[in-house]
Amino acid sequence: MSGFPWQSAFEIREEVAAGSVSAVEVTRAYLARAEELNPALACFLTIDHEGALAAAAQVDRERAAGDELGPLAGVPVAVKDNLCTRGVRTTCASKILDEYIPPYDAHVVEALRASGAVILGKTNLDEFAMGSSNENSAFANVHNPWALDRAPGGSSGGSAAATAAGLAPLALGSDTGGSVRQPAAFCGITAIKPTYGRVSRYGLVAFASSLDQVGPMARSVREASRLLEVVAGHDRRDATSAERDRGNYDAACDRGVKGLRVGVVRDLLDGLQDADVRASIEAALGALEQQGATLVDVRLPHAKHAVSVYYLIATAEASSNLARFDGIRYGLRVPGKDLTETYTRTRAEGFGPEVRRRIMLGTYALSAGYYDAFYLKAQRVRTLIRRDYDTAFERCDVVCTPTTPTPAFALGEKTSDPLEMYLADIFTLPPSLAGLPAISTPSGLSTGGLPIGLQLVAAPFEEEALCSAAQAVEDQCGLLSRRPAALP
Amino acid sequence: MADPKITLEQVLHVAKLARLSLSEEEAGQMQEQLDAILGYMEGLDELDVSEVPPTFHSIPMDAPMRPDVPERCSDRAETLAQAPASEAGGYAVPLVLEVDS
Repeated sequence: MSGFPWQSAFEIREEVAAGSVSAVEVTRAYLARAEELNPALACFLTIDHEGALAAAAQVDRERAAGDELGPLAGVPVAVKDNLCTRGVRTTCASKILDEYIPPYDAHVVEALRASGAVILGKTNLDEFAMGSSNENSAFANVHNPWALDRAPGGSSGGSAAATAAGLAPLALGSDTGGSVRQPAAFCGITAIKPTYGRVSRYGLVAFASSLDQVGPMARSVREASRLLEVVAGHDRRDATSAERDRGNYDAACDRGVKGLRVGVVRDLLDGLQDADVRASIEAALGALEQQGATLVDVRLPHAKHAVSVYYLIATAEASSNLARFDGIRYGLRVPGKDLTETYTRTRAEGFGPEVRRRIMLGTYALSAGYYDAFYLKAQRVRTLIRRDYDTAFERCDVVCTPTTPTPAFALGEKTSDPLEMYLADIFTLPPSLAGLPAISTPSGLSTGGLPIGLQLVAAPFEEEALCSAAQAVEDQCGLLSRRPAALP
Repeated sequence: MADPKITLEQVLHVAKLARLSLSEEEAGQMQEQLDAILGYMEGLDELDVSEVPPTFHSIPMDAPMRPDVPERCSDRAETLAQAPASEAGGYAVPLVLEVDS
């Protein structure tokens, strides 16, 4: 097996298909690497040796029988632990689901299995995907492979760190307000937040249902594009699943950017405090222009309100979705003297501080007397944010911003001030509120050697434009040849 | 000091609505944090959105219909295996109503 552990998903599939290595051998090598590095990185909450080796053996049997192999045959994938896997513990990094074993697979997990992918295990996250640093996991802090004292980002921090550290070429995360893009930026990899409805949410444990999307993560744009192709498509078990063709993202990577109009939000770029991030984005814009793209100025005047809008809408939806965790049908039960006390004690002991805070905020925003002033108002401002993009897309095909205002912050740096943590989400929230597809891909390293992420946003169902543009950025500014500095 | 955006009393009321028990210390900290967050959110007041329609669904779509055909549901034993307590093929729950015999 050549190039382990940095070979691409395409190379692994090719070698497995050619028979120069077996899927079982590939899987054993990645499982051993996961066991070796997980104590330092805490990417995985569960490593599923048995399931992974069984899936790999199945691929090897199919190959021996001369069957046509799937698009990810023999490729190891890490799956965020809020995606249901039948028979494998799915915790959402919460004590309330510590021992929960789903009786069914999420749609995207079914799609992975059908593609021949090998699911190595379940990755760490902020509890119920609520957080931007992975420090809200009830079990362990994930460490950034580029600098172990830095946050990997969140909430899909385990998936991002695993991919960056060469524990798997591909991973799935989920994105409600930036949860695949922000950790991808912090860990120097690529992640796609698809258009709302592009990927089925069936079997994704709900956080904020009008925002949640499953997203692919990989070291290269092309691999992330391939993974999107595998998991996208209509699924009638999700009523918001769009009836659309799944798209051809892999091919979009070859299309180039000649004639592509890239929107630049000038006042936002000029307002960046971090000089490295600013310089990196400017350089990437220059690279796009050099390859034939046209830069046009656009404005997003209401984007600055996205933090308020998001943290009202997402918490309101979360307070409703998380009502199901009551100690009756699954998960933890802490008995009280009556039913109400059983509920309150179960929820107080089962949920961590950030989840409780968001349930409180959301319940408040929906409660009698405050609904109009908070929840409804947020939904009205959401319209203004959406209209900003409508106007921008009259002039451009993709809107470019940084993914985050700074490179990875230190573990512990923002944990004492929840508002400070929320404010760092300013660039990833607006497209989420508008339901738009977005990609984060590395645009370079900071002077301190930390990855910087560039975000591109497109009109609904225009993911192919994101893949073309991100590929151009990767070609000139990417980090594919760089290895995370903190790895042994 | 300006009036708080949310009082301790309101925090306790919301906790009751959300079925969360908070210790005295937790309630105090929650009040401070929510107060700071809600204070920040006052920034929305600079916008007059009384004439702007809300966006509950970012991507417009119709609620789909499917044929009303019975399908096999999840396996009962597999599902109940996840319950904190089960009895006679159902969920075992704490007593809800006191009934005079």
